[in-house]
Amino acid sequence: MLAFVIRRILQSIAVMVSVALIAFIMFRFVGDPVNQMVGVDTPQAEVERLRASLGLNDPTLVQFGRFLWNALHFNFGVSYQFRLPVTQLLAERAPATLELAFTAALFALLVGVVMGVYCALRRDSWLARVFQAVSLIGVSLPTFLIGILLIYLFAVILGWLPSNGRGEVVKFGNWWTTGFLTLSGLKALVLPAITLGLFQMTLIMRLVRAEMMEVMRTDYIKFAKARGLRTRAIHFGHALKNTLIPVITIAGLQLGSIIAFAIITETVFNWPGMGLLFLKAVQNVDIPIMAAYLMLIGFLFVTINLLVDLAYGFVDPRLRVAMRT
Amino acid sequence: MSEPVLSVRNLRVEFATRRGILRAIDDVSFDIARGEVLGVVGESGAGKSVTGSAIIGLIEPPGRIAGGEILLHGKRIDNLPPEEMRRIRGRKIAMIFQDPLTSLNPLYRVGEQLIETIRTHTDLSPRAARDRAIELLSEVGIPAPEKRIDGYPHEFSGGMRQRVVIALALSAEPDFIVADEPTTALDVSVQAQIIALIKRLCHERGTAVMLVTHDMGVIAETADRVAVMYAGRVAEIGPVRDVVKHPLHPYAKGLMGAIPTLEAEAERLTQIPGSMPRLTRIPPGCAFNPRCERVFDRCRVEKPEPIAPDAATSARENLMPGHLVACHLYAAKAGGTP
Repeated sequence: MLAFVIRRILQSIAVMVSVALIAFIMFRFVGDPVNQMVGVDTPQAEVERLRASLGLNDPTLVQFGRFLWNALHFNFGVSYQFRLPVTQLLAERAPATLELAFTAALFALLVGVVMGVYCALRRDSWLARVFQAVSLIGVSLPTFLIGILLIYLFAVILGWLPSNGRGEVVKFGNWWTTGFLTLSGLKALVLPAITLGLFQMTLIMRLVRAEMMEVMRTDYIKFAKARGLRTRAIHFGHALKNTLIPVITIAGLQLGSIIAFAIITETVFNWPGMGLLFLKAVQNVDIPIMAAYLMLIGFLFVTINLLVDLAYGFVDPRLRVAMRT
Repeated sequence: MSEPVLSVRNLRVEFATRRGILRAIDDVSFDIARGEVLGVVGESGAGKSVTGSAIIGLIEPPGRIAGGEILLHGKRIDNLPPEEMRRIRGRKIAMIFQDPLTSLNPLYRVGEQLIETIRTHTDLSPRAARDRAIELLSEVGIPAPEKRIDGYPHEFSGGMRQRVVIALALSAEPDFIVADEPTTALDVSVQAQIIALIKRLCHERGTAVMLVTHDMGVIAETADRVAVMYAGRVAEIGPVRDVVKHPLHPYAKGLMGAIPTLEAEAERLTQIPGSMPRLTRIPPGCAFNPRCERVFDRCRVEKPEPIAPDAATSARENLMPGHLVACHLYAAKAGGTP
C-alpha cells in the first residue's frame, strides 16, 4: 500500500512539473514581459537593467528552475492589471469559487445518484422516462444557456432569486469569506450552483443508472435474491455499494472540472470568483494570473486524481491486495 | 411415500420476445421427497436452470410462469405475493449457483453476507448470528472458520468459495435446495468434494435437492432419481440406476451412450446426430423426432406424455416402479415395436 501511495505521489509530481513547464512557456510565447512593464520612451539601458534584474538573461533552464522554486512558495509574481501579488488576488477569490463548486458538486452527486438509482430500479415508470429526457437536455445544453434561462425564469420573471453576485458574505478567519451563513448568500448560491452542477448531475445520473442496471444482472445479486434478503438490503446495500465504485472516480474527477469550468458560470452570474478573475486576465493578457490559475487547476486535478485512486482502495478490498504488491 | 417436499405440476414457462412467445418449459411435472436428490440432466437450453429459477420464483421478465403449479409441502407457492415469496426464499427453498467466483458480493466480508442472511430469516442477535455463521463455515469444511469469517470472497479459492456459497444456502435450514450446476466451474479434484459435501449435509438434515447438471458422473454418484430434459420437456424420469443402466427414451439412450467408460475404451463414443432445436422452432409432436433413429409417424404429430412403459418392456428390463418415459415407443398399444 505504501509503495503504491509513494509511486502515485511521484507520478503526480511529474505531472505537476509538466504543467509548470507549460505555464512557464506561456510567458515566453506571449512576448517579452519587459515590454509590457516599461513605457515606449524608456531608455534601452534601463530596459536591459530591468531585464537583468528580472533574471531574464539567465539560461532558460535556470529561469524554469526559479519559476518552479517560486511556485513552490506560492509566488507567481505580480499581476499586470492590478499591480498586486497574484497569490493574494487568487486567495481573495478562492472562497467564492470553492463554495460554488462545492455546492454544485453536492447538488450533482446527491440528485444524480438518487435519480440514477430511481431510473435503474423503476426502469419503466413514467418518472424514470422524464428523468431520462431531462438528463438529455442537461447533457446537450451549453452551460451559459442554462444559466441565462434560469436567470430569466427565476430572477426576471418570478423574481425569487438574485440574478448575479454573491449576496451578503461573512468574513471567516483571516481571508475566508462565506455566503453560507446569510440568507442572501444562500439565495445567491442556488442558481449558479444548479447551472454549474447540472451537466455533472446528468452525467452522474446516467452513469449510476447504467452501472446499477449492470450490477442488478450479476450473479451475486441473483444469489442475494435467492437467499431471500430484503429488497431494500439488496438494492441499497449490495447493489448500490458496487455501483458507486466507478461513480466515485467519475464524480471525483468531475469535481476538478467543476472548479475549472466555473469560469463560464461565474461570468454569467458575475460571481466574484477565480474564474471571473481568469477571464479578465485573458482579456488583458495578464500572464502571471493565467499561469498561476493554470498551475492551480493542474494541482487540483492531480490531487483529486490521487485521492480518488486512494479512495478506490478504501472501498474495494480487492484493490487493497493489488496495491500491496 | 410421504407427502413430497416439492411438487411441480404441468409447469409451463414462457418468454415473450420480439419474435413471439418462446416456451422454455413445457408441461414439466415431478415430485421430490424429503431427503431425496433429484438429478436433472440435459443439454444447454433444455430448460434445467429455468425450472430451478421458476421454483425459487426468480424468473426475470420477460419470462413468466404461464401455467401449471409449484407446491411446497402441498401449498402453492408459484402465485404468492412477492413479499411472501421472499420469506420462503432462503428460509424454505435455497439455491446454489454455478459459478462461486461471481455468486458472492466482492465488497462484503464472507461473515457479513452470512450474518445478513441468517438475521434476515431468524431472530438471532448479531452475536449469536456470528457464532452460527462460524459454525456453518466449519460444517462446510472451511479450516479456521473463526478467522476466515472476516475474509473477503477474493481471498478464498474457487472450491472454498463454493463451500461458502453452500453455507449461505444452508444458513436458514431450508427444506429444499436447487443446486444449479454447483460443480461445473470447479476443478475436477474439487468437484467430488463439493458433491460429497452437498450430499452429506442434505442427508443429515433431510433436505431435498434438485441437482441440475450435465455431468452424468455426478448424477450417477449423487442422485436418487434422475430426470432427463429435452427442449423444455421431461423425456424420462426414474430411479437413477434404472435410467442410467436401462434408459428407454432414444434421447436418454444416446445421452448415456455418450458417457466415456474405461471398460469400453476401444469403441467410439456414440453421438446423437444433429442438435437440440431452438425454442423458436420446436417441431410438432415429439421434440426429438428429427434426431430420433426410431421415429415413426405418430412421433411427428402427437406430443408424447410421460407414461409408465408397457408391461412387456418393464418386465424385460426389470424396471422399478416410478420410471416414466415420454416416448410413443413404450405406449401400451405402441405403433412400433421397441
